[in-house]
Amino acid sequence: MTAVPTGDGTAAWTYALRLGDDALVLAQRLGEWIAAAPQLEEDVAIGNIALDLLGQARALLTHAGELEGAGRDEDALAYFRDEREFTNAHLCEVPNGDFAHTMARLLVFSTYQSELYAQLSTSVDETLAAIAAKALKEVSYHRDHATQWVLRLGDGTDESHRRMQAAVEAVWPYTAELFEADRLTDELVVAGVAADPVAMQPPWAAYVTAVLQQATLPVPATVPAVTGGRRGVHTEQMGYLLAEMQHLARSHPGATW
Amino acid sequence: MSDPANEHLTAEGGHGAVPTTGVPTGIGRSARDWPLWEVFVRSRRGLSHTHVGSLHAPDAEMAVRNARDLYTRRQEGVSIWVVPAGQIVASSPDEKDAFFDPAADKIYRHPTFYDIPEGVDHL
Repeated sequence: MTAVPTGDGTAAWTYALRLGDDALVLAQRLGEWIAAAPQLEEDVAIGNIALDLLGQARALLTHAGELEGAGRDEDALAYFRDEREFTNAHLCEVPNGDFAHTMARLLVFSTYQSELYAQLSTSVDETLAAIAAKALKEVSYHRDHATQWVLRLGDGTDESHRRMQAAVEAVWPYTAELFEADRLTDELVVAGVAADPVAMQPPWAAYVTAVLQQATLPVPATVPAVTGGRRGVHTEQMGYLLAEMQHLARSHPGATW
Repeated sequence: MSDPANEHLTAEGGHGAVPTTGVPTGIGRSARDWPLWEVFVRSRRGLSHTHVGSLHAPDAEMAVRNARDLYTRRQEGVSIWVVPAGQIVASSPDEKDAFFDPAADKIYRHPTFYDIPEGVDHL
């Protein structure tokens, strides 16, 4: 294990936890589309994307557990933490909405993840770098899938344009949280462990703006939503999501199939 | 299409020839009216593309992406073709005898009359 410099000893594991929670919670949300997507083909596509994210979450949470050194594995972190201990961004937990909302969120989030994993693939934390290098190919496809749909729905019929625009406006306020720096990221960026959230914003905006323009959608000028996910403060929808995700594991601890 | 006699037939989902009128085929009445695409996957370099199935997609670009998700998620391929199912002209089951039976008794067309030299295995 590479020695990762951490001021108070918890920064590196908290950072891995944030990344893992983002992927885990969005995987859970996307899973809600299975058997409910507009087409069987889209069911499979969204299912594949959700499984990619779940795989990233497993690797990241396992790594976080190892850095923490308290004996918690991926399952302990996913199923036996309460809401205030989850550190995902609000963007990942807000309900799916209609198909346009789901694709709008996937566009902004997978574009963020593309920048994130590209930077992390050179992290001094070698495990994190390896996870990022593998995940980068996956999220490139997620971004492409979302891009294709935003283009078609935005530049489609009057109805699809109206709903795609409403969707982009709805998810936009939640994007600011992705690029928020705090003491933890400041410290880990200097140490070469973390990706710089502030530096990720311009390339993210360039890509998303280009897609929106091609899709004939205006870039929203909405005010950022209140943040707090990284500190464990979540929206009211988070509890319901966790109840569904954690119910089985908590009712039957250690269950296997 | 060059053969008007076969215009009422198409290929769907690898079923050979499927009439486009008179029987429910799924063509033109699928959910949201997305057209049907036939998918061909090349499993590795040097082999030809093989028909693997069909899917619905709004256009060609999405058809390739759907094919990637449906037919190559277990590393089945390195290349994908999609073809609008309606663009495939199929031979008619009624013509099966005229088309294929005459080949049955022409065994001299098969390369089975050569003496294989000694020492040549696997021929």
